[in-house]
Amino acid sequence: MADKKIAANKDKARAAAAKPAALGEDIDLGTYVSSAEEQPYEADPSRLPDKVKQQMLDAGVILDDPSQRAGTFIQMDNAPVHSSIREEGVEVLPVSQALDKYDWLSDYWWRAVAVNTDKYTANVELNQHNGYFIRALPGSKTVYPVQACLYLTKARLAQNVHNIIIAEEDSELHIITGCATASEEEAGLHLGVSEFYIKRGARVTFTMIHNWNPEVAVRPRSAAIVEEDGLFLNNYVLMKPVRSLQTNPTVICEGDNAAARFNSVLVADAGSSLDVGSRVILNGRGTKTEIISRAITTGGYIVARGYVEGNAPDVKGHLECRGLILGEQGVIYAVPELKGTLAGIDLSHEAAVGKIAEEEVEYLMARGLTRDEATATIVRGFLRVDIEGLPPALGAELQRAIETSEQDLM
Amino acid sequence: MSDVALSIEQLAVEVEGREILHNVSLQMKFGETHVLFGPNGSGKTTLLMAIMGFPRYRITRGKIVFQGKDVTGLPPDERARLGIGMSFQRPPVVRGVKTRDMVAACLRGKESEERIGELAERADLTDFLDREINYGFSGGEIKRSELMQLLAQRPALTLIDEPESGVDLVNISLIGELLNNLLEKDCPIPDRKCMGLIITHTGHILDYVNARTGYVMCDGVIGCEGDPHEILATIREKGYEECIACFLRRDKGG
Repeated sequence: MADKKIAANKDKARAAAAKPAALGEDIDLGTYVSSAEEQPYEADPSRLPDKVKQQMLDAGVILDDPSQRAGTFIQMDNAPVHSSIREEGVEVLPVSQALDKYDWLSDYWWRAVAVNTDKYTANVELNQHNGYFIRALPGSKTVYPVQACLYLTKARLAQNVHNIIIAEEDSELHIITGCATASEEEAGLHLGVSEFYIKRGARVTFTMIHNWNPEVAVRPRSAAIVEEDGLFLNNYVLMKPVRSLQTNPTVICEGDNAAARFNSVLVADAGSSLDVGSRVILNGRGTKTEIISRAITTGGYIVARGYVEGNAPDVKGHLECRGLILGEQGVIYAVPELKGTLAGIDLSHEAAVGKIAEEEVEYLMARGLTRDEATATIVRGFLRVDIEGLPPALGAELQRAIETSEQDLM
Repeated sequence: MSDVALSIEQLAVEVEGREILHNVSLQMKFGETHVLFGPNGSGKTTLLMAIMGFPRYRITRGKIVFQGKDVTGLPPDERARLGIGMSFQRPPVVRGVKTRDMVAACLRGKESEERIGELAERADLTDFLDREINYGFSGGEIKRSELMQLLAQRPALTLIDEPESGVDLVNISLIGELLNNLLEKDCPIPDRKCMGLIITHTGHILDYVNARTGYVMCDGVIGCEGDPHEILATIREKGYEECIACFLRRDKGG
């Protein structure tokens, strides 16, 4: 990368090193360590220990049988331990290698996300521990998803990753990212910057499944730029405990007729605090978006945000946020926001927060289901995500991941 | 066991602290269909809800005996498993729960894709199986979906709340067909086991489904009992006002 550019980024990052985030509890970065032991490269990830593989599997990452995956990337703590591809037309590399390989990559570095957004982005720049680079070549269409896993093993480690995803013109790319921790109780911090560049006519589906523990804090910082006729489909599933998670990814639909869809499924148990939003800026003519979030608390605190801004003619956006409070504890705070800056746009939202309607439970009971069965059926229905545009196999996989976690909920 | 399969004895039902039904009694034998007429607000739906066992409809006196078993204190799911089913007038939308899931639940362990598909075809709801239950359904679609679920559930006693309300002429004949199916009207009378208790405000459903006994409910009591067509003719000719007046005359006389 051009030295001048690097220096400028570092300067900006240093200036923002103490800048608090706009949202979420402030995390004291000083309580985490930055360095971790090297991890050996593993050419065959199916040889990883069973426990590790299971934790990754719970986050949607399949290592025993990679036949249903176009490529695989695994990073443990600070070190990429595996990267490979199985399908033509897609590149999967540690981002450090990609930066060495492609001079032009510096043009994408901190373009969608500002390096000085807050202290977390600054920290990722100043203490970066790699990340992944996934690129679909022009016109390529991979059948299976690329999978990436960011895995935390060392106690009190701050994992600072920077990921770049590029879908070249007219390509089609599916990604499953799973994040997991080795320990079920050690504290840790995951700071992940992800920048998506979706070129003209490209389609990207990005499915992220989080499988943290009750002591981990997480601050993802993601943004996407979608060009003309591009589509970005973002699915996020968080059903396992986490101490504190705040994220508010932004998609900018820059080109005409670009589209973005967000689907989030959030579950917070007692002790979990989530602040999860989705922001879409509709700048191109005829761009559209749909943001759907489902939140369940069994005792945790959830802020479910949605923001759509329409700045061009003929744009259309809809926000749907539904929250279910199970049990006596727990808070859901739904914040749907719309901003229109000219006439002729169509933005709408609906939000509802409540408990399971007794009338619905009784309706199912009249069909012979017990109260518990009826409640479980309603909760399962609530969490059902029928995602338009997602390949059926991927949709089924996502549904399976949700159903596995549901069992903990009941 | 006597051939009386449903016996409601001097039932009083309260909703939110207010007594809606006072001293209601009726009996039904296996294979019979009865209809319940009455003006709006007379307590017809309350009676059905109390028979199904919804806790909001609190039974304060009397009892319900179904197939020889006192079910008065049982919750709706236990009553459903004993063979009582209900077609709701305005069932709730349950987001995310598909029509297919409801039919599968009603089949209780006997579910198969073929069976579900066949029931949907009969109710002309094939395209509705993957839709969320009752979400954006028309009046006729709701009734057909309710009856499809009941055909899967196969209750011995079906409670049907206003099968014709909000339904157009095309739908009503199919609804009549489904009801006849459910109530085994194609079986010879002595072989029928399934029973139906149908609420009708207009009596229109009697053009499609035969019933043996009719009741007029007024102000929480059963005012009279008799041949359903005769009752309907009176209501059509003189209106419910006459039923109420007749009931008041006798009430005073008694």
